[in-house]
Formats: sequence, C-alpha cells, structure tokens
Amino acid sequence: MKIRGSHEAEKSQLSMTSMIDVVFLLLIFFVMTFKIVELEGDFSVRMPLASDASAVSDPTDLPLKLRLSADAGGNLASIMLNDSSLGNDDAAFDRLRANIVDIVGTAAPMEGDEGPEIEIDADYNLRYENVIRAFTAVSGYKDGNQIVKLIEKVKFAKPRNGG
Amino acid sequence: MRLKRKPVDLAEGDLTPMIDMTFQLIAFFMVLINFAQTEANDNVVLPNSQLVKPPETALTFPIILHVAKDGQIFLGGDDYTVDTLRVGLRRELAVIKAEGKEPGDANVIIRGHKDTATGKVQEIIQVAQEQQLTNFALRAKEDRS
Repeated sequence: MKIRGSHEAEKSQLSMTSMIDVVFLLLIFFVMTFKIVELEGDFSVRMPLASDASAVSDPTDLPLKLRLSADAGGNLASIMLNDSSLGNDDAAFDRLRANIVDIVGTAAPMEGDEGPEIEIDADYNLRYENVIRAFTAVSGYKDGNQIVKLIEKVKFAKPRNGG
Repeated sequence: MRLKRKPVDLAEGDLTPMIDMTFQLIAFFMVLINFAQTEANDNVVLPNSQLVKPPETALTFPIILHVAKDGQIFLGGDDYTVDTLRVGLRRELAVIKAEGKEPGDANVIIRGHKDTATGKVQEIIQVAQEQQLTNFALRAKEDRS
C-alpha cells in the first residue's frame, strides 16, 4: 500500500511546463500567420490580336458600345450605351443592366462564340472599380443564388490617351 | 503542516481547462490557415463584384500581374512600369515556350487596385497583346452582400 501510494503521487506530478511552452509557441505561430481568405474570381476578357479583329466585316456583328467617361478626379461622369446616356449616379449601373436585359432578351445564354459582344471604351483616368462595376452589370445579374448570364464577350476598345 | 501544504496546492492549480482551450484554439487556426496566399499583394485592394466566383479549375499557365494604385506593376517579385513590362512578360513567355506551349495558351490575370486608372490596365493589356497574349482575366473580390 505504501509503495502504491507514493507511485501514484509521482505520476500526477508530471511536469506540464514544457508541453505548455510548445503549445503556446504553436498557438502564437498560427495566430501570426492567420489571414482571412477573401474569395476572388475572374472576369475573362478575350482580346484577339489586331490582325484577327480586322477580319470581321459583317456590319450586323458590330459590338455594342459602352462609353464610360470620367471627370478630372477619376470618378464616373457618364455612361453611354451606344448613343443613349444612362447618367452617372448609383442607379446608372442598374439602368445599364436593365438596358442589356432588353437587348439580350430572355433567350437562353448562347454557348461558345455566339451571342452579343460589348466593347467598353473608358476614359484613361477612370477609376478601375467603375470598369469592374460595368463588367458586373453587363455580364449578368443575381437571381437569388442563381447567376443569370447576359453578355459573355466583353472587350476593351483602344485605350484613350492621357495620364 | 496544513498551513505549509496550501501554497503547494495553489502552485499546482488545475491546468486541464486551459490546455483544452489552447488545443481548441490551435485546432481552429490550423484548420483556417491557408498557405496559398502567394497570389496576394499588399499594394492591391481588389474591386468588389457580386458575380465573380472562385474558379473551379485553376487557369492554365497563369501570369499574375498586380497593378498598384499608382500604376506600378508587380510580376513574380519584381516591379515594372508599363514601359518595362515587356521584359518581364518575355521572361514568363520563355518559360511557357520551353514547355512547348504557345503564348495563346497562357492566361494573364490582372489584379488591379480599385482606384488605379483604367488606362493603365488597358496599356498593360496592349503590352501583353504585343507579346501575342490573348487571354486575360480581370480579378475581383467576391461581394456577398
């Protein structure tokens, strides 16, 4: 009995210090390297080389033209779709989307190289954020959790000089 | 004797709950850690978009260009301007050609800062086109609001 008692007491006195040291080091490592992952995605832009582009001669194939102009500070000054102005307020991108829905219609999205094409022509100093908003507006909208695609072929016009 | 024992008890206070918590914290951070952050660049704050989704399959032969607010371009650890970018792109293309692929197989991923000038991005696309690159992707942050 005496031996047993002393044996158990020794076991329960195992030193925790080194383990806790290591555990805290691990904890600090993970806290320091921790970074919240932001989900990112891409808009794809196909820019065929100039020689290929000049081969298109069918006038009915002309792309829609979206003109984004900027003021001196790089903010959005106006949106023009073909020749109609859509303003420059927050709702302008919604109006743009509504216009695109009218043009594209409710037809099922076409696969491959079919479907309408849009060309974005932006001022040099326009903030890039606005271009992405325009991309978002023309390429689709969210219906609940579903994404409805509108125009998949988006390209840039020739850059305007400036800067 | 009793009085002497008390301080010994205090020093050996029960460590179990603390160790439990610490292990839980470690498990939490281990699960959430992501080492694949090499694509990010501190100079770039991406614009938001509701429509972008993380790609299901990684793009083939990605060339990732980070465009900072002032138009500075970061490619693989070096920084370039629009005028010097072709040097960096040629270096990337040499790697792609060495693997027996064409420039048309490569994907140029542009991670532009949300306040950078659009013209800078367009110039970058033009420079890349001069190097026979045709596939571009504009990266944006998923906006779930």
